[in-house]
Amino acid sequence: MRRRIGLTPTVLLLLGAVYSLLPVAWVLVAATKSRAELFSSNAFQPGTGLWDNLVELSNHRDGIFWRWTLNTALYAGVGALLSTMVSALSGYTLAKFSFRGRNLIFNLLIGGILVPAVVLAIPQYLLLAKIGLANTYWSVLLPGILHPYSIYLARVYAGAAIPDSMLEAARIDGAGEFRLLNRIAMPMMVPGLVTIFLFQFVAIWNNFLLPFIMLADDTKFPLTVGLYTWLATGANQPALYTLVITGALLSIIPLIALFLTMQRYWRTDLTSGAVKG
Amino acid sequence: MPYGLPRRSALGLLLGAAGAVALGGVAACSSDDDKSATTPEETGPVELTYWTWAPNMDKIVEVWNKANPNIKVTISNQGGGNESAAKFLTAAKAGNAPDIMQAEYQMLPSFVAAEAVADIKSLVSGAKPAFSDGLWGLVTLGTDAVYGLPQDSGPMGLFYRVDLLEKYGVAVPKTWDEYAAAARKVHAADKSVYFGGFSNKDGGWFAGLSQQAGGQWWSIAGDTWKVGINDAATTKVADFWGGLVKDGVVDTQAWWSNEWNAAFTNGKLLTWCSAVWAPGVLSSNVPSTKGKWAMAPLPQWNAGESFSGFWGGSAASISASSKHKSAAAKFLTWLNTDPAAVDLLVKQAQVYPAATAGQSSLSTPPEYFSNQASFWSDAAAISSGARGFTFGPDVNAAYTAYEDSFGKAIQAKSSFTDALTSVQQATIADMTKAGFKVAS
Repeated sequence: MRRRIGLTPTVLLLLGAVYSLLPVAWVLVAATKSRAELFSSNAFQPGTGLWDNLVELSNHRDGIFWRWTLNTALYAGVGALLSTMVSALSGYTLAKFSFRGRNLIFNLLIGGILVPAVVLAIPQYLLLAKIGLANTYWSVLLPGILHPYSIYLARVYAGAAIPDSMLEAARIDGAGEFRLLNRIAMPMMVPGLVTIFLFQFVAIWNNFLLPFIMLADDTKFPLTVGLYTWLATGANQPALYTLVITGALLSIIPLIALFLTMQRYWRTDLTSGAVKG
Repeated sequence: MPYGLPRRSALGLLLGAAGAVALGGVAACSSDDDKSATTPEETGPVELTYWTWAPNMDKIVEVWNKANPNIKVTISNQGGGNESAAKFLTAAKAGNAPDIMQAEYQMLPSFVAAEAVADIKSLVSGAKPAFSDGLWGLVTLGTDAVYGLPQDSGPMGLFYRVDLLEKYGVAVPKTWDEYAAAARKVHAADKSVYFGGFSNKDGGWFAGLSQQAGGQWWSIAGDTWKVGINDAATTKVADFWGGLVKDGVVDTQAWWSNEWNAAFTNGKLLTWCSAVWAPGVLSSNVPSTKGKWAMAPLPQWNAGESFSGFWGGSAASISASSKHKSAAAKFLTWLNTDPAAVDLLVKQAQVYPAATAGQSSLSTPPEYFSNQASFWSDAAAISSGARGFTFGPDVNAAYTAYEDSFGKAIQAKSSFTDALTSVQQATIADMTKAGFKVAS
């Protein structure tokens, strides 16, 4: 039987898509405009300056843009990886072991979800400054590692994806806990972990406030903070609009690439759920 | 801060809150910072960090580092604006402040109030004659102390389209009365065209106009602040613009927007009361009208006067926690008074220098104003008549109140005097809440 496609939901979704994609399209078009064209031509009329913008971006301050890109990749890649590992371990433990204080820990984590990371940035800065870690790569990596929402997701996923009977069978067969984790639990959690990794990767990639406060040295900046310093150039200089727009465009390309390549993991996730359901 | 930055972003508010925390802690830890007077002369090589937003400052510092291997300065570009000021206050509270911090003049008092910057009077004793009294007052806050050296400045002038003024048959206004007459005449000739604009979003701009009129928004005696935002001079300024806004003969759209740029591009806006850095803005936002502009002094309140105010500009201060204050002072004195360094500031960092000698050494006009050969000598003349006032420790609160009150007054076409009174009240309320003594 063919399912009917509802008109209202389709229109709503299309509107949502336009709403989200329009700014991206604007960035795409604006990045092609030279400085003279940026404010004088129509918003969605392509310009002629894309190559010049790219060259200028690469040369500005000896190519510091690419250094910021590498920094961002480091923060997002390593940070998301560490965070995913911690979340996987914690989620698995909370889902599959019963021990004293389990609910207390879990409820504390749930409470942690309610506290926006933005609110924590300044206290985290003051704490890290105290132990001398402010203005280091660690100052941006460490606060991102423990992410309550990811742990919550991992727990829910582990609870649903790993049957208790399978763990018991493996235990009876003589597998130790470490082997259990490595060979049975983790492989079954992979689709969930990919989701967590992506969430965290995007969150760290786009994070502004934490690195802005933590980092004093502009060679350690991620893209978000670096591009911001080009916009906020003080009263006497024209802001580097064309460079910031071109930089912003380049900075979302890795995210798009990541989503396209990771998509198939999600798809297996959805199908496996469908079969089980 | 111009350039279309979100003035009241969540970030600003949040960091502002952190700044307030820092302020709150002031009274308790004020005794820590008295070591400045006894800092011993440096002997070995020292390393200094300098937070700035001026472009190419790294290249200027390279010149210094080469000549002074014992005092190595490292630049970190932090961007400007309220956010970087709040970041500095947060860092100062955590004991991580850089040795040197670029500080917008209106932010400097909040740094002083938080005891984040040092009094360097004894370290820069010879520097005062290099600057005009108006600028020097901005780093002393009208006290005996010196909280930094002026780096760049923004004396205000009237920027106008030469061709369009001719087209509408108006002369460059010499007084504000003539300005009002011109505004009425141009708008009567074409309803879509305005002679000039009023911005309720740019408190710094209105402050500059008030300085020109002789306003004194803040002053400090002992530890008691006096707030005079609705003093007679400023009320005069507010009433003047209120009348024009009420009659609908000045443009009130938000500045720094695409529409605003387009209004300049399409000849719908003929003049701009701005500061000497305007060529940079115009060349980047309205590139197509290059060569059609000129700069004149601001219109005067009384014919024959030659006063101006400041919009923008910044000083460089030494943080209270710096361990190398005398080395930092040596560097700052070089950067802001040495002819070679000031020349670099102009050419590399593209600022209008604070040093008087630097201002008069400029000759080639900005490319955008190539038609006005005397641009820099005109600017120096304007600069010599520019007067500032002491900024208070909560300029942001005052500017926010300005944005709100005058925004409402524009909407309702109601009295600007009342709007100014509510700015005064909001500012006093904010200072009282932050724990400052305010004289009534």
